[in-house]
Amino acid sequence: MRRWTRTILLTGILILTACGSSTSEENTQTGSSTYIENKGSDTLVNLALAWAEQYQEEYPEVQISVTGGGSGTGFTALINGTIDIANASRQIKDLEIEQAESAGFEPHEIIVANDAIAVIVNPENPISELTLDQVSRIYKGEFNNWSELGGEDRPIVRLSRETNSGTHVYFLETVIRLSDEEDTDIFSADTLLLPSSEGIISEVSSNPNAIGYDGLGYITDEVKTIALASKEGRAYILPSAETVIDGTYPVSRGLYMYTRGEPDGIIKDYLDWILSDEAQEIVTELGFVPILD
Amino acid sequence: MKRSEKIITNTVKIAGSSSILFILLIFVFLVREGLPALGEVSLKDLFSLRWYPIEDLFGLLPLISGSLVVTFTSILIAVPLGIGTAIYIGEIAPKNVKEILKPTVEIMAGIPSVVLGFIGIQALSPFLREFFNLPTGLTALSGSILLAMIAIPSIVSIAEDALYAVPSSYRDASYALGATKWQTIWGVVLPAARNGLMTAVMLGIGRSLGETMAVMMVTGNAATTFSGLKSVIMPVRTMTATIASEMGEVASGSVHYHVLFFIGIILFIFSLVINISSTSVQGKSKQEKGQVIS
Repeated sequence: MRRWTRTILLTGILILTACGSSTSEENTQTGSSTYIENKGSDTLVNLALAWAEQYQEEYPEVQISVTGGGSGTGFTALINGTIDIANASRQIKDLEIEQAESAGFEPHEIIVANDAIAVIVNPENPISELTLDQVSRIYKGEFNNWSELGGEDRPIVRLSRETNSGTHVYFLETVIRLSDEEDTDIFSADTLLLPSSEGIISEVSSNPNAIGYDGLGYITDEVKTIALASKEGRAYILPSAETVIDGTYPVSRGLYMYTRGEPDGIIKDYLDWILSDEAQEIVTELGFVPILD
Repeated sequence: MKRSEKIITNTVKIAGSSSILFILLIFVFLVREGLPALGEVSLKDLFSLRWYPIEDLFGLLPLISGSLVVTFTSILIAVPLGIGTAIYIGEIAPKNVKEILKPTVEIMAGIPSVVLGFIGIQALSPFLREFFNLPTGLTALSGSILLAMIAIPSIVSIAEDALYAVPSSYRDASYALGATKWQTIWGVVLPAARNGLMTAVMLGIGRSLGETMAVMMVTGNAATTFSGLKSVIMPVRTMTATIASEMGEVASGSVHYHVLFFIGIILFIFSLVINISSTSVQGKSKQEKGQVIS
């Protein structure tokens, strides 16, 4: 039993040292190809892929691999040392910072784009405006029929991303709890937790009972976006680049990339490029909102 | 010479016992990672009705009932279809039909469950929603139908082997007594093949209980409380889907991590019970046979 633990530890150390040596090589080597491992938020994955493709075209010596899995998954991988950059659609939690510190590094955060969370329904649903409080009460299970909100007599089917999604956590804090830190309300138990953004779009586009939420970049014409008001009596605003930038749309957030400590070498070059105008143009193309500097 | 013989014998012995070793190692690992959950979460909380791990709500009952509902319904669909197919292939079908049917069933076994899940999302669940007029088609029933499709090929091939193993003298004797084909199948062949058929059913149950991907895609993954027959047409969250979708995010050593491994222990115990009951069914019927012969 003990010997077995030791074997696993040894293997782990071997893998870690292997990773360590390869990163230090990356930093010293110039000319030959270098790898950047990039993982995390599913919201960011398409954007990160588009950036990686464009960057590799311009700098063929750099190879960037991008995978999704959720913001939490990205942080875990960063802490375990299997990746160089973690993508996240939420800020790192205190617990994750502690874990990173005990793994020997200080996580370094940059905001790479902005995103609005759109609340969506089926195009057949006559409802097109809701207040944040109404959305919150729908997801808490206080409204169970669209007729209670002035719609048709249909049951409400609530859709959400899985709990490892940064979008899920953000929606919980900002919409369900209306940014009140004391609030401990959670999703109604019958909320469907779908493993992907595409799954939500697909169910909302085919099911007239459904309500869902997703990053603006994922919204297609097959679903109807709801205009949201931060409070009863305020204006109902549709999410768009303009309403996110001028701050009128109430549910928008930053998208982040995290590195193990201050980035340097090739990783710093890549992150600097992401903040450039050229890379931020890709942000707009994919339906996200660019950062302003 | 003698020494090389010894080495070969030992190598074969190690290969033979390796599967036992693997099972043991897996079990030790599960217990070591999962049992701390009992110390960190009280039994009352573990057997409560709400699963929401990011707020430290670790009620396992909805997950256990979710798995059981999906598995049980899928077996209700898969067993009659699977055994029926096996009877048709083994006893009734003419040779040329049999030659097409058998490989077709085997091809079905090779369809990846993700592909089935995709069909489930795009075609099956919208159909079920409209057909039964449900709030959503992402329900236990959709998962059960996909699982039945996954379990049927293994049920068919084992059940067919069991029917094939029934000596043809049994059938000849039955026909000689004037029994019809159906009377022979129902009264002679099926009882004689009983333990093989039981194994087929048990294997089907095991397959359904452990399947993850297809289930995760179509059951809606809502950890709803068991509510009798109605649960079949409600969204459910299974134990396997929970482990699969949450294991990636979880920090190793955290309470959530230990609880996920504890779910693994429960799954392990379930499949152990299924295996033990299938072997005890076999043992019992062998005893009965022995008595008849003596």
